[in-house]
Amino acid sequence: MDMNAYLSMFIDESNDHLQSLNENLLRLESEPEELSIVQNIFRSAHTLKGMSATMGFEDLAALTHEMENVLDLVRNSKLKMDSFIFDTLFKGLDALEAMVQDIVDGGTGKADVTSIVESLQIILKSDYSASKATQAPTVAANAPSAAESSASGAMLLDEFQSSILLQSIETGHNVFHIQIAIRDNCLLKAVRAYMVFDLLERNGEVIKSDPSVQDIEQEKFNFTFTVFTISRLQQEDLQAQLLNISEIESAVVTALDAESLAVLGQSNAAAAVEVVEVAETAAPQSEAAVTSVEAAKGQARSAPAASTPANVSKTIRVDIERLDTLMNLFSELLIDRVRLEQLSSEIKRSDLTETVEHMARVSSDLQSIVLKLRMVPVDSVFNRFPRMIRDLAKSLDKKIDLVITGADTELDRTVIDEIGDPLVHLLRNSVDHGIETVEERIAAGKPETGTIFLRAFHSGNHVFIEVEEDGRGIHHERVLKTAIKNGVVTADEAKLLTPDEINMLIFAAGFSTADKISDISGRGVGLDVVRSKITSLGGNVTIDSAFGRGTKFSVQLPLTLSIISAMLIKLGSEKYAIPLSSIVETGIIRKEQILQVHGNKMIEFRNTIIPLVSLSKVLDSPDFNENDELETEIVVVRKGEKWAAVMVDEFIGQSEIVLKTLGKYLTNIKAISGATILGDGYVALIIDPNALIK
Amino acid sequence: MGEELKVIVFALGSEEYGIEVDKVRTIERLSPITRVPKTATFIKGVINLRGVVVPVIDLRGRFNLTETATTENSRIIVVSVADIEVGFIVDSANDVIDIDTDTIDLPPEIVGGIKAKYLRGIAKLGEGRLLIMLNLSEVLNKNEIIQLEQLEV
Repeated sequence: MDMNAYLSMFIDESNDHLQSLNENLLRLESEPEELSIVQNIFRSAHTLKGMSATMGFEDLAALTHEMENVLDLVRNSKLKMDSFIFDTLFKGLDALEAMVQDIVDGGTGKADVTSIVESLQIILKSDYSASKATQAPTVAANAPSAAESSASGAMLLDEFQSSILLQSIETGHNVFHIQIAIRDNCLLKAVRAYMVFDLLERNGEVIKSDPSVQDIEQEKFNFTFTVFTISRLQQEDLQAQLLNISEIESAVVTALDAESLAVLGQSNAAAAVEVVEVAETAAPQSEAAVTSVEAAKGQARSAPAASTPANVSKTIRVDIERLDTLMNLFSELLIDRVRLEQLSSEIKRSDLTETVEHMARVSSDLQSIVLKLRMVPVDSVFNRFPRMIRDLAKSLDKKIDLVITGADTELDRTVIDEIGDPLVHLLRNSVDHGIETVEERIAAGKPETGTIFLRAFHSGNHVFIEVEEDGRGIHHERVLKTAIKNGVVTADEAKLLTPDEINMLIFAAGFSTADKISDISGRGVGLDVVRSKITSLGGNVTIDSAFGRGTKFSVQLPLTLSIISAMLIKLGSEKYAIPLSSIVETGIIRKEQILQVHGNKMIEFRNTIIPLVSLSKVLDSPDFNENDELETEIVVVRKGEKWAAVMVDEFIGQSEIVLKTLGKYLTNIKAISGATILGDGYVALIIDPNALIK
Repeated sequence: MGEELKVIVFALGSEEYGIEVDKVRTIERLSPITRVPKTATFIKGVINLRGVVVPVIDLRGRFNLTETATTENSRIIVVSVADIEVGFIVDSANDVIDIDTDTIDLPPEIVGGIKAKYLRGIAKLGEGRLLIMLNLSEVLNKNEIIQLEQLEV
């Protein structure tokens, strides 16, 4: 079987399971008594283990196996979850994620997980000693794991092996499933294992062992192994003889009949999990192993509904590159459409105009479909935050609830890819500087658990993402003090600032270079990076804060980055595009309206004085100079709260343009963010208004 | 005999130059070029190459030769090296030939004003015909452009 064909499926499914593990563990942490969550976790872990073993990712399978063992005890109420177990399981999960990521990156998924495995085994052992004291025969204590491994063993039995076993049963031979555990202080476990195999071979035939015989010979096993064997001996005899071998901790011998074999033969992983679960409920009796398999068989039949995936959504996964190609081809079409529209308006023939208009309608429908194809729910970004908040809160000794709403809100994939880091910054900030410690909260008369709301919603052509918390709010005086100290504003300027402007100061570049962030009560580190990232995406971020009651960051993002509305303008013979999202207004000014302030040109616009930027100077325009004009067209653009008027030669009009990069050779061109191809085939550069405003 | 090398032959002034054919994506007639401000003078701007925006370099300018007006014979040779796609304006594109790598000698210090680092070597084609092989990764070296940009500011 060519495993590569299944690799992408494996990766997708592993990620789904890891995600569900993460979510369920978090849920379990808030509701530790809810055993049904443990069942879900166990199921995911078990499936993941089966999948990785099938794909040959041994380390992944081994670690999941250990985690599963711990979960198994929890599920049977033999172990109570505590913070050590949670931490260990989360660590295990991180390691699993890293391994899957390694596989994604083309690696082998190998990793050194000994320390985690050790922790897990410590958890296991501390419990085993307790349960052994109450349950005399070691067989009983091990029954659940025997049943479980018989289920996992089932996945390892191939058709050939199960048919041999089946034939043996039909011809009246005894077929056993044996689970051997060697004492963990045994020095030469391979020798003991050899003695077991020797015994079995003398009395019959070993059909299958897990791990394989070679691995066992090389001591590549963890004190336990599982064997399917055909034997002349009876069940009791075999067990007695096996236990006679020294340093054997336990030997669980389970007789198999045709029906139980049929159940075991089902290689469906989900079904196998069902088997285990029912086996577990039947396990408490001493001879659990036999009955469990039989009980399992009954359940497995009645449970197919539960083992099929609950919601089969009618979707297909599409390679993102194909979508990009579709998008590129579509943009070509869009360019031709604009060209056709131009031609038809020049030629003025009604049937041509009608055809072009119809084509324009169809293509705009097509455009919205193509764009929708690239839409991904923000959930794919949000889903890593609960875990992050948990870890952060834990390390800072705070109590925090994260409430997520609107995770199904969709955004273009290109935006999704970029938005993760800024959100991480904002959330970290809320945890670190927003939410108070438990003591502070109690002193302030607030509930000891702080709440962070993470919301996403659509509004018009934009998506809003809000991070709001009920923490301490922004302390204006301290922010001002820091801002003045770092030279972000002067003391005189500071007096004139409105509360909103003071809030925005924490986004200033100089602010974050302050000394240790912990001595500022406000916020700081990296927020300037957050803002520049969001603005580079064509978005905007604002702050709303009430001292003592909390702070809200509101991020506004465009739905897509590939096609934007822009104003096309002319400077002499050259054409440029200015993104509509940063245009406030267009207008005309006369020469005498231009004011000189400290040698800089300014104009009065809506009762404020804003700078006047000469685009022809910024772009070294070869054949346009606004000084020759008596009246000049202006475009008022904004960057956050700052405005500026940009002088242009002539407006061409508003148009949908397709963003193109300038390629890897031309990077960091000042004031130019990209290019687009106009209807006439010419390339027009796209102006980056942010670069025009200081 | 060394390995056979297929090269595109083009001219700048009276000299003939060669670029390995596998580095060349296409050879185009001159199309309207959109100027890109604040870049080195030899960067003429960008063109629309069937929906892709491609920067165009005047190869004469790149080598500090005197730039001349383009003619009917001028061509844009679009090369693609390590993810970078760039068009070269050349006086004419003439030929595709096979050369023997053994005939390529190390370049002398300077060839017609072009520094040796831009050259991979000089191939002797016989009958006194010499072909100057370009070292594309050095011609497209961006560090040099950055320095130029800083000079201009």
